[in-house]
Amino acid sequence: MLKVENLTMKFGGVTACNNFSAEIKKDQIVGLIGPNGAGKTTIFNVITGVYKPVEGQIIFTPEDSKQHLLLGLRPDEIAKLGVCRTFQNIRLFKDLSVLENVFIGNHLRLGSNVFSTVLRLPNYGYEEKRMYEKSLYLLEKVGLRDVKDEKATSLPYGMQRRLEIARALATDPKLLLLDEPAAGMNPQETGELTRFIREIKEEFDLTIFLIEHHMDVIMEISEKIYVLDHGILIAQGNPGEIQKNERVIEAYLGVE
Amino acid sequence: MKSKGKPSVILVVLLILTIVGLFLASKFLDSYKIRIITLSGIYVTLGLSMNLINGFTGMFSLGHAGFMAIGAYTVGILTMPISMKEMNFFMQPIVPCLANVEWGFLPALLAAGIVAGLAGFLIGAPVLRLTDDYLAIATLGFAEIIRVVFTNTQSLTNGALGLKGIPNYTNIWWSWGVAFVTIWFMAFLIRGSYGKAFLAIKEDEVAARSMGINLFKHKVMSFSFGSFFAGVAGGLLAALLGTIDPNMFRITLTFNILLIVVLGGLGNIGGTVVSAVVVTVMMEALRFLDESINLGFIQLKGIPGMRMVVFSMILILVVLIKREGLPGKTKRV
Repeated sequence: MLKVENLTMKFGGVTACNNFSAEIKKDQIVGLIGPNGAGKTTIFNVITGVYKPVEGQIIFTPEDSKQHLLLGLRPDEIAKLGVCRTFQNIRLFKDLSVLENVFIGNHLRLGSNVFSTVLRLPNYGYEEKRMYEKSLYLLEKVGLRDVKDEKATSLPYGMQRRLEIARALATDPKLLLLDEPAAGMNPQETGELTRFIREIKEEFDLTIFLIEHHMDVIMEISEKIYVLDHGILIAQGNPGEIQKNERVIEAYLGVE
Repeated sequence: MKSKGKPSVILVVLLILTIVGLFLASKFLDSYKIRIITLSGIYVTLGLSMNLINGFTGMFSLGHAGFMAIGAYTVGILTMPISMKEMNFFMQPIVPCLANVEWGFLPALLAAGIVAGLAGFLIGAPVLRLTDDYLAIATLGFAEIIRVVFTNTQSLTNGALGLKGIPNYTNIWWSWGVAFVTIWFMAFLIRGSYGKAFLAIKEDEVAARSMGINLFKHKVMSFSFGSFFAGVAGGLLAALLGTIDPNMFRITLTFNILLIVVLGGLGNIGGTVVSAVVVTVMMEALRFLDESINLGFIQLKGIPGMRMVVFSMILILVVLIKREGLPGKTKRV
């Protein structure tokens, strides 16, 4: 599904990510962990086209045959190919309603041109109806249907996170990047989130790459984990291997 | 959103009320008042076109006077009778291909919109990479460039002499007809998917492009539509006044429209319509401030432009106290 090869990203003199390689197979849930400032979000930003890396290659293969090189594409082109993300520091469209936020996620799949939207031609009317139905369905899924007309920022934190996921799902992604979906949640909420991520993965046939600090979430949910420290990949493997890995323990806890 | 037909019902009711109102006005009011009402219609179109760019898409553009100039000159040149052109262009004859052109008003207005929209597209393509105040400076510069170019292209625009004797096609029906087309266009644009994408760009560009919205395409689109309507309104203005010259289209004109947009609320269609009418009427009603005022014990000398101070003060107060505009946060349509 996604192959990252020898990715290096520098900000001036700071190397945020050095020679990072990873592979995510279809239908996997893959975790990316590491202490604060390890460069996890930077990798997400490079994959989604926000930053241009110094070196490396990113190959996205939505189906078995067709390969896309993501480097050099704009974020919106990458989203159209089927890679969508959520943000660590929630980035909703603040002044818009919950429903509108999700509705906008549909826009990239719109076939009608702007004139048929203004003239409200039947083809657009039909599309718009489908987009609203889909948005409402997604809101139902994430449990936000009752608050659909509220302003996005009026929601409590946990709901805003779920709204971000619903908005990302509206773009019909094949690969979903979740940047700390459990941040700021209590143990009960993280338990629900784990179930929820599994559920949407099955229903929408997703491959998921997630960054997370809650170890219980990441160990329970991921099939494979990459560990990053100071921009360098220090370990990879399944949750059991990672928990025993000495370099990981060293990076997280420090060693005498 | 939940009640789908509602905005159109309100629009139809307002449309009928306005038509009746305009009909009564054109029957019973004197020509001075009718002229103010006509001008209000033009300012409604201008306010909305600027609100599309600045209010809905969140681009800070100050190029409106330039697009109006393009529209005004397009209408002026295309509709002016051939004999009138010969009288106007006595310094240098007009370029041959335009010398024998005399179009009707509707095609000329459309041409004005299209030429201005095209200019918006061409300017937008390089300039819309800029954001915030940089964009404001670039578009402001564009408007000034247009003015200076029009002052110097003697054989096309008659330079600083301006155009005189443009047929007075604009009446209350033309100006409010165009205003209603603009209101309708804006209302449906913002309700639809593209309008929502514009709003998303205004709210958060990073999130918008990560959701697959092509920032550049949508910004240029919004900018071109805005300049289209600014061009049409410029054309209406030219045909209302009958005389235009490059110095009409200074930055102050843009600021008058900006005043309407800010008072009416950024991103508020109804508010813009109301504030356009109110501001246009106040511009006339406050004329007594420009003249000398006798307070009984003291005689104040008249200062031309005094009424603008009132508007400036209102603008400052609104920005300080009620940034979302006088109507406050309301539904967008």
